[in-house]
Amino acid sequence: MSPRSQLVDVEELADIPGTLVFTTQLARKGFHLNQFCMSLMSADNREKFKANERTYLEAWQLTDAQMKAVLSRNYLAMMAEGGNIFFLAKIGATDGLPFQSVAASMSGLSQEAYRAMMIAGGRSPVGNRSIRGRC
Amino acid sequence: MARITAGIATSHVPAIGAAIDHGKTDEPYWKPVFEGYQWTRRWISEHKPDVVILVFNDHASAFSMEMIPTFALGCAEHYGIADEGFGPRPVAQVDGHAELACHIAQSLIFEEFDLTIVNRMNVDHGLTVPLSLMFGQPTAWPVKVIPLAVNVLQFPPPTGNRCFALGEAIARAVEAFPEDLNLQIWGTGGMSHQLGGPRVGLINSSFDLSFLDRMTSDPDALRQIRHIEYVREAGTEGIELVMWLVMRGALGKNVVERHRFYHVPASNTAVGHLVLETLPDIAET
Repeated sequence: MSPRSQLVDVEELADIPGTLVFTTQLARKGFHLNQFCMSLMSADNREKFKANERTYLEAWQLTDAQMKAVLSRNYLAMMAEGGNIFFLAKIGATDGLPFQSVAASMSGLSQEAYRAMMIAGGRSPVGNRSIRGRC
Repeated sequence: MARITAGIATSHVPAIGAAIDHGKTDEPYWKPVFEGYQWTRRWISEHKPDVVILVFNDHASAFSMEMIPTFALGCAEHYGIADEGFGPRPVAQVDGHAELACHIAQSLIFEEFDLTIVNRMNVDHGLTVPLSLMFGQPTAWPVKVIPLAVNVLQFPPPTGNRCFALGEAIARAVEAFPEDLNLQIWGTGGMSHQLGGPRVGLINSSFDLSFLDRMTSDPDALRQIRHIEYVREAGTEGIELVMWLVMRGALGKNVVERHRFYHVPASNTAVGHLVLETLPDIAET
């Protein structure tokens, strides 16, 4: 097998519905946002963040869009601004929320409906594979 | 000489660790998950390895965006438990096997794998949840662990083909270690799941079950799976399955499946679990 056959281009990634792949370009965009999230691994920093979120965030060189997305806990917007979900999960943990509530917030479903969908077997891949192929 | 006698594949969902830590394993939601590991807990008490090479991924715990090693081998004597945002899991620290790990690192680099060596690292649920699933809540883990961290957060992770080849090279390194040691290799993560974006919650049981089958029937086909197929079929985090292929590559041609478990869901994830034992290679004529 030729390693080149493994290459994935940007168009292929963009063809998957409802999906944002954390490419190196996206990582570049989200560097400071993700590093802010890393800081929440210390209990001391979590307390400082909770005491005054905006003041805490101002030390992290975030863009206005990133700042707004964090303050409003808009996880889809945070991802669009370069946040990686495993880094962003630390915000949810700081809020004392189970990860499933973060996941549900992105799904367009209530937490109860999202949980029920998962118990029923999760979101089906049918119709969720390709925008171009409509499959 | 040292030898790898078995491989374990398992998901490493953080909520499974939380269920253990908070005494929820008998709740109706979690009970079926833990029942799926009962067979393995008995088996491993009878086949306890001296050392486990534990292939996992760090989840923004040891590695931030500052450095993202594709393959990082732990060569330390001990590993601390990471605080992932809600305090460290209440589990024992992890003891390494530094001498064997250093030997493997040197061997892999001579085999042209451009490995990162890690001498200090806190480990997160990716490594500790599999240990908890197999051994429960002991005050000290009954095995030494050599952590092999694979980048799967930053796209692209290493290809499945490369992971498999790394596993083959690990097996050669282990066989060249003179001490008489019984090793297992565990491949963790997966199966299908997607944790972000509007498609969050994706589960693809037919992909997963086929993957479980092919771990024994056709591992060469698994090597060929492209990243785009993992993402499309198994979700952005389903791509963690490349880590299972490091394990599979290390087991050699002939394996037998001793145990299988599949369950949907644990939180947002399809749980997959295999116990594979190695068989002697059949001489080629």
